[in-house]
Amino acid sequence: MDVMNATLRRTRTKKALNSAFVTAFTAALLAIYLMPFLYMILTSLKTPTQIAIMGSPIYPAEIPTYTFNGENTNTYTFQVNRGGTLTELVIDMNDYVGKRLDVYNVPMPDGTVRKLALVAGFQRESVFIDPENPSADPILWTGGYYKSLSRPWIFSPTWSNYARVWRDIDYPRMLWNTFFYAFTTTIGVLVSCIIVAFGFSRFRFPGRDFLFIVLISTIFLPGAVTVIPTFTFFTQIGWVGTWLPLIVPSFFANAYDTFLLRQYFMTLPRELDEAAMMDGASPLRILTSVIIPQSYPAIVAVTVFHIVWAWNDYFGPLIYLSTRMDLQPVSVALARFNGIYGQQPQYIQAGALMTLIIPLILFFAAQRFFVQGIVITGVEK
Amino acid sequence: MEQLMRGLPKPPSLKTLREMPPLARREFRNGMLFLSPWIIGFLVFTLIPMVATLIFSFMDIKITDGVLNPPRFVGLDNYVKLFNDNAVWNMRPNSTPGALWVTIRFGLIALPVGIFLPLLLALLMNNKYLKGQSFFRSMFYMPYIIPFVASVFLWGGVLNPETGWVNRILLAMGVPDEKLPGWANDINWVYPTYVIMGIWGIGNAMLTMLAGLQSVPTDLYDAAKVDGAGKFATFWNVTFPMISPVIFYNLTLSIVGLFQYFLVPLVVNAGTGRPGGATMFYNLYLYKQFFTNQNMSYGSTLAWLLFVVILLVTIVLFSTARFWVYYASENP
Repeated sequence: MDVMNATLRRTRTKKALNSAFVTAFTAALLAIYLMPFLYMILTSLKTPTQIAIMGSPIYPAEIPTYTFNGENTNTYTFQVNRGGTLTELVIDMNDYVGKRLDVYNVPMPDGTVRKLALVAGFQRESVFIDPENPSADPILWTGGYYKSLSRPWIFSPTWSNYARVWRDIDYPRMLWNTFFYAFTTTIGVLVSCIIVAFGFSRFRFPGRDFLFIVLISTIFLPGAVTVIPTFTFFTQIGWVGTWLPLIVPSFFANAYDTFLLRQYFMTLPRELDEAAMMDGASPLRILTSVIIPQSYPAIVAVTVFHIVWAWNDYFGPLIYLSTRMDLQPVSVALARFNGIYGQQPQYIQAGALMTLIIPLILFFAAQRFFVQGIVITGVEK
Repeated sequence: MEQLMRGLPKPPSLKTLREMPPLARREFRNGMLFLSPWIIGFLVFTLIPMVATLIFSFMDIKITDGVLNPPRFVGLDNYVKLFNDNAVWNMRPNSTPGALWVTIRFGLIALPVGIFLPLLLALLMNNKYLKGQSFFRSMFYMPYIIPFVASVFLWGGVLNPETGWVNRILLAMGVPDEKLPGWANDINWVYPTYVIMGIWGIGNAMLTMLAGLQSVPTDLYDAAKVDGAGKFATFWNVTFPMISPVIFYNLTLSIVGLFQYFLVPLVVNAGTGRPGGATMFYNLYLYKQFFTNQNMSYGSTLAWLLFVVILLVTIVLFSTARFWVYYASENP
């Protein structure tokens, strides 16, 4: 009995160890995988100065500066080794009144480290004042190059980066544009794809399967093979520079969403529609009162997929709205913003966060439907 | 996919339509009525533009200085130009690579990553020892819904040669300054950079593969165990055949996507082909011909070549499928 218990315990320990190992490994992998999110959040709150300094902390921080208020008005003369030879350095403290001086962690000869403000810095020796005792004489520090000193960073998020992006790309307007685009095309996709999916799943007629294959094949059709005449045509009828070329086609059903809905409709039992048909209901009535009420999971899946798709869409708005900045959605605005602020990571990351936050919220609110929707389309195809 | 593999059903002949009994006729009429939004859309936004693209490719249609030149028929001139276009075909080493060669070279790196990484992740998610499977599944999928422009900037930030975390870590690990990768600006690193920037796109493939793994009946594993099959033999003889349709589906989509790849180079390297023409992808070259050079006919010619290439590759892929893709429903 005891022997069996011991074996059982050993297997259980082994299982727990395996579990801990696999789960820890996966968590580590996930941390690397999602690391750019952390980069984005932290960088979006930094100052350009901090980003440029090697060895600056990972969290948003600033170096405290000290503003000298003229507590000391004397003039001092130092013999300073600027990098080989001794030269005379005259420091008139009146010149530093109102100046913001950088603070460094300075190791003193007595072994303590003091936070001192730099007055004049050179390669071998530098002159500091003590912010805690500004009326005292300046200190000549002979410990080496001041740039090799560490700096007393303090946590300080620069929220104004967000305000800057908000203003510069006219974010409220871009957000409204994106929302408008997502909303109108979602309506178009839902109305048209539900109707077409119903046609493919509930009627038997010659040619249906042929048309269905044609529909599915359009998934593999490169967009390039239709865009040139389409763009030329939309230019001719004056739709370029408006929302119309982006919204109108959504009312004519697309292959992905029709396929997803059709697969779902096929799983619904036919008895209910047949009963409704016996009662003399028209096909449209069967669709609206029998099929749609049973299909909420698929309809919600199509809705969330489409909103995410519209939020992500870049090429369509780019070509049709390139002349109308005031109509562009956030994705195009963000890319344009990158062209202007490419060297300013803090603004780019703040802009990126503002672009991805809404799809992210939508994802966490409707996770279940995303997973279901993918499984319906991906596995059965 | 399975339906596509069985081949195209024949469209009905006019005769069968004319001789339909009244009930079938009503069914036909109603069915077509419900399909009509898609049929109209297909004609207006797909079929007619495709034919127009083909016609454009046999003509000379250009806009120079903002004025449309009178279009004229030029026969095969555009195709002759295309087949002699070094910017498409050049494969010689140490020279600016042709756009098709750029696309294929990138595909040699991107396609294996795009199939194996989601497969490995799905296997990990399906591991019986993993705790919190649904949490991990959601979190690995989550970046898939991030707008691609944003995810390109996030990874682009992490991989920034000067200010990014990766190079700072490499530097801290003792990699000398001059040996640090220049990522998107470095001709040797630009493809790996694009692959990394695309890594968040694997969520979909991972979920479909995971669903495939979970649908493998457990009695098949039990049978393999009874037969004394090892882990690898079980994977190769049970798991792989059962998920081969999902792999096939993802592979087809990846290859079709590869030939149309251009948004990342457009945003990251401003569509210039920098560094050294390594990012002038075929589809990017095509769009440049149309949108920048305003040469509609040459753009159309490139588009038709793209269409034919994708069609051929898909046909070849489908014809190999019967050797390695297993559809359970075919052998009940």
